[in-house]
Amino acid sequence: MAAREPENVGTLVAPGSDVLGPGHSYGSVTDKISSIVLTRGTGNKYKVGLGVAVMLLLMLNFGVTVLFAIGVGIWGINIPVGWGFAITNFVWWIGIGHAGTLISAFLLLMRQKWRTSINRFAEAMTLFAVACAGTFPLLHMGRPWLFYYLLPYPDTMGVWPQFRSPLVWDVFAVSTYATVSLLFWYVGLIPDLATLRDRATKKFKQVIYGAFALGWRGSARHWKRYEMAGLLLAGLATPLVVSVHTVVSFDFTIAIIPGWHSTIFPPYFVAGAIYSGFAMVVALAVPLRKYYGLEDFLTIRHLDNMGKMMLATGMIVAYSYVMETFMAFYSGNKFDIFMIMNRMTGPYAGVYWTLIAVNLVIPQLLWSSKIRRNPLWLWVLSFSVQTGMWLERYMIIVTSLHRDFIPSSWGMFYPTKWDYIIFVGTIGLFFTLFYLFVRFLPMISIFEMRDLVHKTAEEAES
Amino acid sequence: MNQRQPIYGLMAEFLSAEELLEASTHAAEAGYRGLDAYSPFPVEGLSEAIGFHKTRLPVLVFFGGLMGTCGGFFLQWWPNVIGYPQNIGGKPMDSWPAFIPITFELTILCAALTTVFGLLVLNKLPCPYHPVFNVERFAHASKDRFFLLIKADDPKFNAEQTRNFLAELNPHEVSEVES
Repeated sequence: MAAREPENVGTLVAPGSDVLGPGHSYGSVTDKISSIVLTRGTGNKYKVGLGVAVMLLLMLNFGVTVLFAIGVGIWGINIPVGWGFAITNFVWWIGIGHAGTLISAFLLLMRQKWRTSINRFAEAMTLFAVACAGTFPLLHMGRPWLFYYLLPYPDTMGVWPQFRSPLVWDVFAVSTYATVSLLFWYVGLIPDLATLRDRATKKFKQVIYGAFALGWRGSARHWKRYEMAGLLLAGLATPLVVSVHTVVSFDFTIAIIPGWHSTIFPPYFVAGAIYSGFAMVVALAVPLRKYYGLEDFLTIRHLDNMGKMMLATGMIVAYSYVMETFMAFYSGNKFDIFMIMNRMTGPYAGVYWTLIAVNLVIPQLLWSSKIRRNPLWLWVLSFSVQTGMWLERYMIIVTSLHRDFIPSSWGMFYPTKWDYIIFVGTIGLFFTLFYLFVRFLPMISIFEMRDLVHKTAEEAES
Repeated sequence: MNQRQPIYGLMAEFLSAEELLEASTHAAEAGYRGLDAYSPFPVEGLSEAIGFHKTRLPVLVFFGGLMGTCGGFFLQWWPNVIGYPQNIGGKPMDSWPAFIPITFELTILCAALTTVFGLLVLNKLPCPYHPVFNVERFAHASKDRFFLLIKADDPKFNAEQTRNFLAELNPHEVSEVES
């Protein structure tokens, strides 16, 4: 029997590449990522951040309690603007989620190596964003305790949901999306949970991580099926993610409201979703990279690529704005022309022009590679895009509804403090979940990083 | 205590994926069939080297998806055409294009559930106890080491000869796996 040698002797060390810092081995990437969960503990900055997030979450609980006690009348919604913040927030959150699925599924199918270190926390972001999104349609119901009316079940009243309605399609699309995202995320975590089980020193952690690792042991037969399952899930999730925001856009396009009834909406919404989602990935990646010292794994190349994705999807969104305006005049439809002119010059002109500035003009800075490669700049720009994408949905909903066909039914939408409390509260929900995720689960896929070390070393040799 | 086998098998530890791949190929060539190989990340060609070529998972997923398609369509078609038909504006009861989005979503949902549960069932997970975990060094299989296992129920297995055979493959260490 060979004598015990010190750790890492004889194991491979990768020379580094543009997506991985130099000098990493299987052991070093494992130690680096698992130590964040197992040994690092929580610093003061973490505690303050989590504290703020939990306070906002409590604010959400308060807002929702009042909402359930009194009803949706505490919001600013009324006729003609029956969809206010709630639907804006729903579309915004679900859109943010889309980048996570895109990174983990689409970039996997495209064999993009740079997805490896961002896919795990982007998928977590998806899951938490969908959780925030899912609350709004429920809260927006007049009688949320009857939410199960949306589901098809053979009830004693003998009635069924209206399957021809996009609002019912939404129920299926969003719940499928939430389920598939959860499955994808958990399957990806199994080998890493096994790593944590084997690395943990305390009995309690070993038992918990061990239970969730399901007894994973890294057998070659298991890996073979595992890789096939990953590929299949990616192949299923890619059309799913496109379908989800398409169905969300159907909520608008199927209605005959000027400003909503447009065939450009599905691609325009999907591109906008990915745009805001990548902005959220950047907004999370830059502080994580800095705080946990992950510069070797989240390299400048990653930021650069995400900047390019934002630019590309942002240009599709810009094209859609231009086309929407053009088609209104080209169609010659007086209601469409009125709607566009009202958006640009009416009572919500401020929203429209702010939107154009933060979502269209400012992101043009991403053409400069200096800005894409500067974490701080990219981080600031990501907030500009997220504000823009929220304003876009607000603009689509409110400006299209507030001028009805008959001037006697015109009105305005004035958000109340409860609108703001519940919206900001879901940001608290999102960050509370994200803080807990970062603390208890590996935020970067460890086994895929080991694979990356292997491939990087192989490529350097050949 | 059960008395089937005194040991579960013999396990050799390797430092790199390439060494494990080579050792697995040698073991299969030498006629061993009760083989398993463990690695901290998927190694290309390793499952083929130990004689596992194709997984049935895609076939299962296809049928799972098909079930979702048929079930999803029927879920909408039945209430609209048979269970609770309503004439709205003279539109056809069986307005199938409107049923496509939900049919699509349920196809994806059933296929994804089949993928994940099929993966677990075929891999026989959850598996709370497995003899390989009795090897202390095996904790490294989820970090930086590669292991080849020859099971004791292999007809060619012989504690002495198999140990010598593994030692010739230039492993880092050979250990007995208690059953």
